[in-house]
Parts: sequence; structure tokens; C-alpha cells
Amino acid sequence: MDDAKASRTVTITNHAGMHIRPISLVAKLANQFRAKVEVIKDNQRANAKSVLEMLSLGGRKGEEVLLEATGEDAEAAVDALARLFANKFHEDETDGPS
Amino acid sequence: MMRKLQGIAVSPGLAIGEALVLDIEGFSIPRRLVTRDAVQQELDRLHKALADVGEELARNRDAVSRELGAKYGAIFEAHLQILQDSGLRNDLEELVRQKNYSPEYAVSRVVRRYAELLQKVRSRNLADLFDIEKRLLRNLLGRPREDLSNLRTPVVLLAHNLAPSDAANLDPNYVKGFVTEVGGPGSHTAIIAGALEIPAVVGTGPFLQEITSGTKVIVDGHEGIVVLDPDDETRTRFEREAAARRFRAARLETLRDLPAVTACGTRVELFGNIEFPDEVQHCADRGADGIGLYRTEFLYLGAQREPDEEDHFRAYSKVVQSMGGKPVTIRTFDLGADKVPHLPDPEDERNPFLGLRSIRLSLRHVPMFRRQLRAILRASALGDVRVMFPLISTILELRHAKMILADVMEDLEEHHVPFNRNLPVGMMVEVPSAVILIDLFVDEVDFLSIGTNDLIQYTLAVDRSNKDVVGLYNASDPAILKLIQMTIEAARRKSVPTNLCGQMSASPTYTMLLLGLGLRQLSVPPSAIPEIKKICRSVTIEQCEAVARRALTLETARDVKSYLRGELKKCVPDLVP
Repeated sequence: MDDAKASRTVTITNHAGMHIRPISLVAKLANQFRAKVEVIKDNQRANAKSVLEMLSLGGRKGEEVLLEATGEDAEAAVDALARLFANKFHEDETDGPS
Repeated sequence: MMRKLQGIAVSPGLAIGEALVLDIEGFSIPRRLVTRDAVQQELDRLHKALADVGEELARNRDAVSRELGAKYGAIFEAHLQILQDSGLRNDLEELVRQKNYSPEYAVSRVVRRYAELLQKVRSRNLADLFDIEKRLLRNLLGRPREDLSNLRTPVVLLAHNLAPSDAANLDPNYVKGFVTEVGGPGSHTAIIAGALEIPAVVGTGPFLQEITSGTKVIVDGHEGIVVLDPDDETRTRFEREAAARRFRAARLETLRDLPAVTACGTRVELFGNIEFPDEVQHCADRGADGIGLYRTEFLYLGAQREPDEEDHFRAYSKVVQSMGGKPVTIRTFDLGADKVPHLPDPEDERNPFLGLRSIRLSLRHVPMFRRQLRAILRASALGDVRVMFPLISTILELRHAKMILADVMEDLEEHHVPFNRNLPVGMMVEVPSAVILIDLFVDEVDFLSIGTNDLIQYTLAVDRSNKDVVGLYNASDPAILKLIQMTIEAARRKSVPTNLCGQMSASPTYTMLLLGLGLRQLSVPPSAIPEIKKICRSVTIEQCEAVARRALTLETARDVKSYLRGELKKCVPDLVP
């Protein structure tokens, strides 16, 4: 099944929002899947495997984004990425260098 | 056409030579097209730059992760991902292939485009994008440092700015002088120029657009004057002046083996300030009584990794052994985190001069501090070594630093590593709070060293590298005289030896004042020793005390300076040209 689709709306919950470090984690994770994954915010689409494209979306704490994947492992990709968003990108517990 | 510029003289000497214009900071990339048959070659160049920068970032990521934890390395990982972004690569290749842009031009176009997108969403990561651009351009244009180490003909360097690490790599055999558009006295670059004895002028304001490499340039590191494309008359005058200076220097050299004793018989100790171990030779050539200030920052600047204990020890032992029993005062790390590639970039440094730097940074990164202290202690077994902590602003900082030192001593003792148990421990007096509470400090140190460069900056609240306010930065300000007087008197009550380093000690204008205030030790760049010695040998302490008394009654920096200059002319007439 090449054209399996999955999508989910997630909320940005970490304090600093979608800045370079969380985005880098998203891209790293997305790259582990074969599915094409996109992050959609305010009708703008960004390839979840591209840090640059995602940076151009912006994204602050409390805002929602839609994750959309197409491909054989679409469901797993969306699952994994949604978990990363829910875990605040492992950030807030020790946010930034002390 | 001849043009004259006035800047700030930071390293004495006269130089004439062909200009080499460096464009490090601005990267004004011309819109350059490549010919169709060169496209493949240019694409190869682009790919090589991407690969090189990728390796550089991976190296940084690994080093920083290892030293400080994965969290810090993550930022380099993110940069690496951007660099490997297929969108970015496609855009770059397309511009070279379809539009025949040069790789440099393509990089700056593509980055501009993404920067606009990031700006629209007010992203905080714009700087990250520009950082990657800068790395790529540096790679494509050739790193200036590499260019500079390949010099085979003498040049005068002209640049907007010169990083201390770039300055440290200059070869005095080929770089006859340098001029930068920005910068102030006492900046690290200026200190390094002095250390290398390369004539230098900084803070001239913009002029680089008007000059091309190969033009003749005169640099007057005494007066801060730069002449672009001088006419014949100016060149002749300049060459005569250079000859006259050489003659005076030769005359002063006859003092080399004579001690700095005043006309009334008081011994003054003249020490050298050094930055590099090789400068010990400069000190010996001028008959220095020892090293009063050994700056250790060069070990960190421009290094690929943090210097380890052996790097420190090699440098220190070389200096200590070549001084053959004369005192060597080693100052611990005195820079901000931004100058040390292996430390994380400071997050909150809006005011670096008031931020995490110098001893504060050492106390924050204790393992790094301990490595340096271990090396200093080991070197203390080889000669007369003293250790000095910079930028002490509270008594707790001093105690904390001494506690770590004691701890390192214990460690060495346990492992039977030889060192001097009675290593003299001193501090720099360069923050006004230290002067205000100097009575507390003199009870807890073996010696003091007044660092006037920072003391002036912090007392008068002026950034000496900011050309708009540099006029306020003035060693002759009555407030500075007062602080020096307070320090010397408190030290004298407790018989704590006090030295003065910083540019003030190297300027003949202040020598009589400083002796009159009670100083018997001065630490100066090696090149200044003969001149200062000449003054010491020409005056009596009584004369100097009268000068100091009178200077302390004056109300403005200008009055103080012109009074001191007048007295110098009166007492040492044959010094002034």
C-alpha cells in the first residue's frame, strides 16, 4: 500500500515554540520514515524532513499544526511525530543550558 | 590620489608597503556569472564547500557534545541538517546551473530568500541561517587566515575588522603593518599587534571601498595616521622620519644592561608584558627585570579544541625556563566565552564586558580552570612563577579562586608532582569595586597588579572599542588617578608589592606621575622598556612626588595630560623628538 495516508492535529506545547532545536528533532525523526511527511500551519505546507522549510512556518507555544503523511509507514510516522510534540521535544524539563 | 586618515594608534612603528585588502566581515559578494563551460567546475566547487562545511559542523558537534553534553552539540546538528537540506541544495545547484551564478553569489541569494521567509514569521533563528552562510562563504572565498599564512611578499593589511585569532596568526616578516576601520585601543587585536611589534592603527572609519590591493600605504603607529597612495614628498618625509626613529631607538639601546635606577638612587623594576612565549626574547633584548604580565589567552584563541594541561605547561615552562630565575607572573584566562570556540555561545551576553568573562568564566567552568592552574603550578617548580587572577570584583570571587587553587595543590601533592607550595598569589585591580574595598583585598593577596585598561573602561563606563565614546576613555582622568592612589596607599600600609600593567604604564607621559604616586614596579610591552627606563634614570623621586601632588589637584583629564606632558619635556628634554 503505497498511498496510505495519516494525519493528526497537534499543539505546540513547549515554552520556546518551533525554534531550531525542536525542528531539528522533528526532521531527524521524519527522516527515519519512508512516508512523505508534511507539517501544515495556517494553510502553509512544509516538508517535515526539511529544517529550513519548517523554520519558515514559525510556530509559537499554544498554536496548532497539522501533521500529514503519505506512504506505507504513514501511520507510524504521524504517531512518532505526535509523541515528540506531546513530549515538548524533551525540552522544558531542562530548557536550555544552565 | 593621496588621502590621509586619522585613526587610533595601537602599536607603535612606521610602515610602508603595498595594501592587501581583506573583506572578512562584510562579504560584499558581487553578482558574478560563470561561463557556460565552467559550470561543472563551479558546481564541483559548490559541492566541495558543502562537504567541507558539513565536516566542520560535525566536528564542532562532536567536540561540543563530548565536552558539554549532547544538548549543546544539538545546535551544530541543526546547522548540519540545514546544510544537508535537499531544498537548499536544489536551489543552489539550480542557480549555478540555470542562471550561471557563481557559487558565492548563489549562496548569498538563496540565504537572502530563506531569510525573508524566516523574518516574516519573526523566527529567532535568523542568526543561525547567517552563520551557515558565513561558513560557506568563508570556505568558498578562502579563509583569510590561510591566505595570510601564505604571504610571500611584504604587505600592509587593510580590513574592516581583524579577529584576535586572525591577528595572532600574522607573520611579522610579511605583514609590515595593519589598519582596521573599527576597533579601539586595548582591544585584543591591538594588544596582539603590540605583541608582534607590528605597527597598527584602528578605528579609522570606512575607507575600504576606495582602495584596491596593491596601492601604496603608509601606517604611522605612533600618531595613528594612515596615508593612502602617498605622493613623493610625503614618502620622502616619511622615510626620513623612520630613519630618525631608528637612530633614537639605537641610542636608547645603550641603556639595555643598565638598571632602571632613578637619579636619586631608587630602584624601579621594569617588567615586560607578553602574549606569546617567543616574546621572552624581546624582553631579554631590552633588559627586562622579569615578566609582569603573561597573558595566556593566545592558547585559546583560534584553537580547534580546548588547550589541555600539556599545551598550557609547554608554553609556561618555555617562558619560565628562558627567563632563568627572573619572576614570571602568569595571569589566568581573561576572555569572554564568545572567544572560546569549545564553550557554548553565551545566551544572554547583551553586555559582554559586564558579562560572563575572565575569572567569572573560570569559576563557572572549573575543570577548564583547574587544567590551567595545574600547569601553572607545575611550571612553578621550574622558576619564580606567580599566579594572578583577573577581573576580581568581590572578595568571594578571590576566595573561591584561591580555594580551587588550594584544591589543585592538594591534588598535585597527593600525586607527588613537584610545585612551589609558596607560589605567590595576586589579583588584578581593574574593577572599581576592588579599589573601593582594597583594604579587604590586601589582606588576602601576596601582590597586586593594577590593570588600567579595564579600570578606565569600568570607572568611566566607556566601551573602548566604541569610536563614538572612545574620547571619554582617558588614562589621565582625575578619577583614575585617584583610584590608583587609593590602591597604592592601601598596598603600602600592608607592604603588598604593587605593579601596574596596561597601556598607561607604557606611555612616557605617565611615568613620573606613577613613580610619584609610589609605584616601584611597572609592566610594559617589551618595546617600551628602553624609553621608560630612560625616564626613570633621568628623574628623582622628589621631582615625581611633586608632579603627582600637583596632578591630583587638577580637575579635568585634559589639564592632567597637558601638565604631565609639560613636566616630562622639562625633566627629560632629550626624550621628546
